Amino acid sequence: MSVTEDTQPVFTGAVLEALQAVLGRYPTKQAALLPALWLAQRERGWISDRVMAEVAEVLGLTPAYVKGVVTFYTMYHQHPVGKHFVQVCTTSPCNICGAEGVLKALLEQTGARDAGATSPDGNWTVIEVECLGACGFATPVLVNDDFIESVTVEKVPALVRKYR
Amino acid sequence: MGFPHQPHPKETVVLSQYFGDPDARTYKGWVKRGGYEALRNALATAPAAVVEQVKESGLRGRGGAGFPTGLKWSFMPKAKTRPHYVCVNADESEPGTFKDREIMRWTPHALLEGAAIAAHAIQAEVVVIYIRGEFTEPWAITEKALAEADAAGVFGTIKVYLHRGAGAYICGEETALMNSIEGKRGNPRIKPPFPAVAGLFGMPTTINNVETLAAVPHILNRGAAWYRGLSLSNPQSTGTKLFSVCGHVQRPGNYEVTLGFPLKDLLYDLCGGPLPGRTLKACIPGGSSVPILTREETEACLLDYEGVVASGSMLGSGGVIVFDDSTDMVYQIMRLARFYAHESCAQCTQCREGTAWTTKILERILAGQGKTEDLDLLLDLSENMTGKTICVLSDSCAAPIVSGIKKFRGEFDAYLAGARSPVPVG
Ligand SMILES: Cc1cc2nc3c(=O)[nH]c(=O)nc-3n(C[C@H](O)[C@H](O)[C@H](O)COP(=O)(O)O)c2cc1C
Ligand code: SF4
Ligand code: FES
Repeated sequence: MSVTEDTQPVFTGAVLEALQAVLGRYPTKQAALLPALWLAQRERGWISDRVMAEVAEVLGLTPAYVKGVVTFYTMYHQHPVGKHFVQVCTTSPCNICGAEGVLKALLEQTGARDAGATSPDGNWTVIEVECLGACGFATPVLVNDDFIESVTVEKVPALVRKYR
Repeated sequence: MGFPHQPHPKETVVLSQYFGDPDARTYKGWVKRGGYEALRNALATAPAAVVEQVKESGLRGRGGAGFPTGLKWSFMPKAKTRPHYVCVNADESEPGTFKDREIMRWTPHALLEGAAIAAHAIQAEVVVIYIRGEFTEPWAITEKALAEADAAGVFGTIKVYLHRGAGAYICGEETALMNSIEGKRGNPRIKPPFPAVAGLFGMPTTINNVETLAAVPHILNRGAAWYRGLSLSNPQSTGTKLFSVCGHVQRPGNYEVTLGFPLKDLLYDLCGGPLPGRTLKACIPGGSSVPILTREETEACLLDYEGVVASGSMLGSGGVIVFDDSTDMVYQIMRLARFYAHESCAQCTQCREGTAWTTKILERILAGQGKTEDLDLLLDLSENMTGKTICVLSDSCAAPIVSGIKKFRGEFDAYLAGARSPVPVG
């Protein structure tokens, strides 16, 4: 996930081919919307207004419609995020096993300081999320696509070092 | 426990037999273990006969509602005039629940095989497996398994696709899930029409949970009578079920037991009981959406659809959340209300306003600024949130609040009387 200047079309070459494969599956073009947004986010790191307009164009939708969908789902980034995007579950089952401490340690040690903010070096964005579906392995943490189980306050320094 | 873990002698290992065995993830490994035989046999059997076997087994939906699976399949039109669909619900986002993830991680072929059998039974040409966006590892494993099975041609003319969610608990609700696949916001639809009449793309659709479908090949291989015989307490509850246990126990994890198994044995024997020096205070037995049980209720509860209702809660998804005596119940109930406030799709006024309001009031009580009337207000709001909305997310928010106030009132009163120091609720 790299944050690049977002001026060039994203649906070209292999990305366009991947989208076309999805378009072949369903009776409506609109059904390719979530997959299209995932493809774009994988390429650009986030979904800009320009990407939304491009997705709308490709799928025969309006930009406003696409924006309405993007804002419904929490995993699409409407702003650039740090190189390492970290999601920490703090819902009740993880909460009672110390998740708030893990969140605090991650915010401090990555330098991101506030949940949702990006660290000054641009490397880290840490957010608090609801249940990640791994409650027996508290606290689960997602670093980009890496799903890490059983993170404790003590394990945070090694985790941060691994990605630094 | 995480896998591999040695099954406890009291577990009945069917779905979890190959958990922890990476070879079972591969197509070859699955076939070596008898995999895809059930599908091959099903494809050579009339669809109605497959539905009949599943009906006879007594299998009920493992996604939360416990609806009889064979009966659901039988609602699909028999005469095929339009495309039919199978949707697989792999959105697993209910706090306390993490079993479907384990099925996809270890036995993806069990899910694929069960889904393809369902497709044959209801005459669907397409299966769409909707996996929550955060499940990166289960996705990768299932994707690989699908590619291998596809290459081997086991699905015949049935097409199986994976579809990735993007972060929204509400997309686990069946009609919201269909809207999401269609490229819409994940708003639940007003029912009727039910999915068997107008589901995905307006076509007849059957939707099942991952665990429900993973049980189907076993039923076809070993017979409906065998499955029906797996029942410890009530004949309406048959088969084995994976229970995800989390929170304050020594060995949290997934455990597979026959329905009717005592919750007490699950928590004390299989999970090793409370942490050293602690005692059990409360338990939510079916994912965060069901009423909280006290210790006494927990210790008397039998884990099947009827047993948990008799104890004052519901079996739900089988996500068991355990709280010990160190827990501030008011704080945890606030966290749960906050979860629902965050996840409400905001279509219904009672839900949108109710989840936000109850969260605010609970925060106020925790901050030491509650008023005596607040508990009545919470109960009032909860009543307004129950049975009045398009889906039951709203009811789910009310369940822990109402049961929490009823059963742990002393803890609320302590905050209201200033007898307990306020806690920050950032
Ligand atoms: C708010 C809400 C969230 C739900 N989340 C899930 C879920 O994550 N997974 C699931 O299988 N069912 C979930 N359900 C239940 C589904 O609507 C549906 O009943 C289920 O997928 C049917 O499959 P089954 O009959 O095999 O259980 C949810 C229901 C509601 C109201
Ligand atoms: S009850 Fe809540 S989540 Fe369900 S449809 Fe209404 S607003 Fe949406
Ligand atoms: S509550 Fe944290 S993963 Fe479910």
